Amino acid sequence: MFASFMINTWLVATIVAPVAGVVGFFVVLRGSAFPAHAIPKGAFAGAAGAALLGVSTLLGLAVFSLLGALGIGALGRKGRHDVVTALALVMMLALGAAFLSRTTEYEPEIYSLLFGEVLGVSTTELLPVLGLGIACIAGIIVLYRPLMLSSVVPEVAEAKGVRGHRIEICFLIVVALTTAMTVPVVGALLIFSLMIGPPAAARSLTSRPGLAIVLSIVIALATVWVAIAASYLYNWPIGFFVGALSAVAYGAGRVWAAWRRTRTARIPAPAVASVTARA
Amino acid sequence: MHRIYGWVFEPGFFASQPVHVALVIGGVVAVVSAVTGVFTVMRGQSFGGHALGDVSAAGGSGALLIGFSPIAGFVGLGIVGAGVMDLIGVQRLRSRDLATGIVLGAAIGMSALFLYVNTSSGATQQILFGSIFTASSATIGVVVILGALALATLAAICRPLLLATVSPDIAAARGIPVRLIGIAYMLALAVSVGLSSVATGAILSTALLIGPAAAALRLTRRVSTAVVAACLIGVAAAWVGILLTYDSYYWGSARRLPVSFFIVAVVFAAYLLAGLCSRWAVSRAATAAVTQAVASADQIAA
Repeated sequence: MFASFMINTWLVATIVAPVAGVVGFFVVLRGSAFPAHAIPKGAFAGAAGAALLGVSTLLGLAVFSLLGALGIGALGRKGRHDVVTALALVMMLALGAAFLSRTTEYEPEIYSLLFGEVLGVSTTELLPVLGLGIACIAGIIVLYRPLMLSSVVPEVAEAKGVRGHRIEICFLIVVALTTAMTVPVVGALLIFSLMIGPPAAARSLTSRPGLAIVLSIVIALATVWVAIAASYLYNWPIGFFVGALSAVAYGAGRVWAAWRRTRTARIPAPAVASVTARA
Repeated sequence: MHRIYGWVFEPGFFASQPVHVALVIGGVVAVVSAVTGVFTVMRGQSFGGHALGDVSAAGGSGALLIGFSPIAGFVGLGIVGAGVMDLIGVQRLRSRDLATGIVLGAAIGMSALFLYVNTSSGATQQILFGSIFTASSATIGVVVILGALALATLAAICRPLLLATVSPDIAAARGIPVRLIGIAYMLALAVSVGLSSVATGAILSTALLIGPAAAALRLTRRVSTAVVAACLIGVAAAWVGILLTYDSYYWGSARRLPVSFFIVAVVFAAYLLAGLCSRWAVSRAATAAVTQAVASADQIAA
């Protein structure tokens, strides 16, 4: 499992997961699950276009993710947000399908772009992926305060001069870059699971943002590592395990939160009983 | 004139049997999707509609794996998915989107597995991007019956559904079983998405669901008009898409562009056009209102 040809995969996954965890925390906080799902689909189109033109896949991914993010941001000013996201998503996917239909390796290409390829990471891609990852983390650090403000208390943010729309565009750009760096390993359709499952679980465990972000990173790393190991052992696609484990993490988080709620709900009962006894 | 006709309708278009099948299936699917889509857009459940598309993909790929027709899988797992989403979904919008996303992610993972294990060629393309030109005429019957069922369900619940969409509390106060209505709607949605997966593939069923409906709702506020407009736009998109796909075979290179691409492109264009039209209409109305205000001000002043 740790043979030399697998080292790249472990390395990329270890870079990708924390970024997904951090960016994902804000995706969950802002309720941006749909755009977070749509932008990777744009990335798919980009990779397909890049394959068609013969340029670097990563470049195609980055360019189209950004286009998708900006498109959603721009169209979202005039139309309903969820409708715009849905239409932008399918348009980009359809473009990807059109690009791919012109190349000769239609089927395996679609598959690995959409669902990820454990062995799909070459050494030359490591450095750019790391660079993108650092850029995304830096972006989040720079945006941290206005992002938190506009996500949690948008009116206060506006009053403080933080323009909600501008923050939204910046955030979508960060999501786009995160997507571009993660698609090669996990695939366009499944980076999304990494960005919402682990952070959602982390938020069920704690409401403190700092701790939640750390937990989100930890759970994302665990998810990706287990997924790689399982994919290597059972020879099933890594995307399947990422999707399944994210769902498990989310489910576990919800069960835990529900259990905590029943425990705290029982506490006032003696107080209630004393009041009713007096009455 | 004849040359333009020949350029638009490439030879053999109207005689081709696969084209006939495609036009019928495309038309039926477009109508069902458009009607369902109007309610989906009004309920703000575009993400849910899209998620069901990906759940359908898992169903279709699973069905292919065990040798069943993909339609059974598309619709079957779609219904199960709709039930699961309803079960774990909560009232707050953000939590509902999160739950939807998780279901979607798990479903995509399952698609990945099924398509990987399936060694026959073309499976990925068929499930994800549609097989309208390779569908057999037997499929037409299934599509029409299921489509009619979905439409009948929506027609039956359309009034309570509208009220529950606009104001769930008032609907509940009036004795409408909001939860049951919601479930019935989700089932109709699942069937609609499953059927359109045949035409454009699971991933792009969203285009026929949301696009025509959103375009129609930009043009009119009345639900009944919107439904009719959405159907017209949807069928036009499907048929123009099929025509363009057929024509693309004769243009330039020998490779067709996928039908899903053309249908989605037409739908997207229709949406943008509707946006322009509505803004033009709004500015016209605004200009008219201003002119009238100025005129009446002049009258008062005079």
